[in-house]
Amino acid sequence: MTISATLDGSKRPRSGRFSRIVEDRLPYLIVAPAILILLLVGLFPLIYSLIVSFQHITMTDNDTSFVGFRNYAELFRDARLWASLGHTAIITVIALPLELLIGFLMAQLFIDRMPGRQLFVALLVLPTVISPIVAGATWRLMFDVRFGPIGQILSFFAGEPVRILWTVNPHYVYPAIIICEVWQWSPFMFLLLLAALSNVDQSQLEAAEIDGASYFRVLRAIVLPTIAPVIAVACLIRGLDLVRVFDIIWALTEGGPGSMTETISLYTYVQGFSQFETSYTAAIAFLVIALLTVITTLVLKRMELAR
Amino acid sequence: MTFGRLPSRKTRVLALRYLGAVALTLFFLFPVYWLFMISFKTPDEIYHVPPLWVPGQIQFANYYVLFKDGDVVAIANSLIVAGFSSFFAIILGTLCAYSIARFNTGGENLAMWIISQRMIPPIAVVFPIFLVYVYFGLVDGFFGLILLYTAFNLPYVIWMMRGYIVDVPLELEESALVDGLSRWKVIWKVVFPMVRPGLVATSVFTFVFAWNDFIFALVLTRTEVITFPVQLTHYFGGQSNFWAKIAAMSVLGTLPIFVAVSVMQRYLVRGISLGAVKG
Repeated sequence: MTISATLDGSKRPRSGRFSRIVEDRLPYLIVAPAILILLLVGLFPLIYSLIVSFQHITMTDNDTSFVGFRNYAELFRDARLWASLGHTAIITVIALPLELLIGFLMAQLFIDRMPGRQLFVALLVLPTVISPIVAGATWRLMFDVRFGPIGQILSFFAGEPVRILWTVNPHYVYPAIIICEVWQWSPFMFLLLLAALSNVDQSQLEAAEIDGASYFRVLRAIVLPTIAPVIAVACLIRGLDLVRVFDIIWALTEGGPGSMTETISLYTYVQGFSQFETSYTAAIAFLVIALLTVITTLVLKRMELAR
Repeated sequence: MTFGRLPSRKTRVLALRYLGAVALTLFFLFPVYWLFMISFKTPDEIYHVPPLWVPGQIQFANYYVLFKDGDVVAIANSLIVAGFSSFFAIILGTLCAYSIARFNTGGENLAMWIISQRMIPPIAVVFPIFLVYVYFGLVDGFFGLILLYTAFNLPYVIWMMRGYIVDVPLELEESALVDGLSRWKVIWKVVFPMVRPGLVATSVFTFVFAWNDFIFALVLTRTEVITFPVQLTHYFGGQSNFWAKIAAMSVLGTLPIFVAVSVMQRYLVRGISLGAVKG
């Protein structure tokens, strides 16, 4: 697998002692800077905040004595925390299947060759690469009750003025967020599924067609098994993103009205940066990490499958 | 009376597909269109009821204001931060990826640990990082932000470049080594040129990730190195009287991304699926 045989062979270039040392340790030397940065920025703060999470530091109280698991025990009594986890779950559970379904339908539409297909695909991808803050801002302008086109379009079809305060009305904030989310990320699913669908064995499809198999039978027996690994990867990448959703909600509703659309990421932010509950926020952060580690493990398993 | 031959089934299906394709494209691009149009509108046109779908004329006053008020500094900041951090992440990450791909350095565990770093939610790490940054005085400075995005993008670069490097035939490197090139030279003169397309694509995506990021920039900047998404959120007020700025700033911050990604179209699928799908 490796080419160390060549390295250790007699053909090695003649060079000074220093460069030989460098050459021998090269695999480690070139890994070191990257790992160092990851440890410095990734691991070190985590350890630091692990310690902080067992203390009781707030804005007014810089108390560095240890309080054991008090902050963690507090998590279980924090109704707003669990509510925010609930909000996160609602958004994820609704948006993810929608994105998958819409992405799949889009991919079905474009799977067969047609002139100009590349252009359509290139255009349809654009929402996915926009900054989520821009996406949220754009939809906020679109949703505006007076100057936005959504109300205008709805009024046109309803035949009467439709005035919906999308980003304020408790009944419409979730639809607003999910519309924006689905708009931005369905193209992501579309791209991956299009790539996956084009790997489906054409001869099998043709054989099935000759046998007169129904669309859904072909889908279940031939198409889905082939694209299942990609669906898994796509769902888990998107699932992770949705669980930590922050930007578009910040741009659309800022968690409001009240704390109705506050996701776990927003709640963590509020605790850390407007309530300044330093130690408690550190505890929340670890709760989030623990939750996501479970999902991450799943992701990695699926990624290995897809390889 | 005849209408001639009815179009064949195939033609009708194709026509329907085009109809669907156009409808989809209109739906997905309409918000982008709207954003661009607002950025060209005059204040009267922006606050017109009912909303106007086409501005009277294309005018750039909204952009001019961004330059006059100095708001475009945020774009410059984003360029600097995203540019440098992508550069560092690409260099360090590719070297690391080479070592992992060719020498299996650190085994499966190191590779897994690296990609797991990518999966950690930003909100969970940004708070600890903030605490450490406050301690070292790195908040609201270029260095801190560049360091952060470098670290943030490293796992992605390593993971992606490992995939591209594995695709390079071993024989090329072996013959270069036999010819007396040092391993270091082999990396620069043989491997880097071979993976150049992947390298370029990966740099573009790391740039986009850093460019689009909001949460790290929100927490770690105050006034000095505000990036463009953070600047954008400053325009949201009680009254929505900064629409022109929101739109113009969004367009300025989005156009480079559109261009970059259009150029990288071929690598898009592999890039956004973390290499899991080779499109």
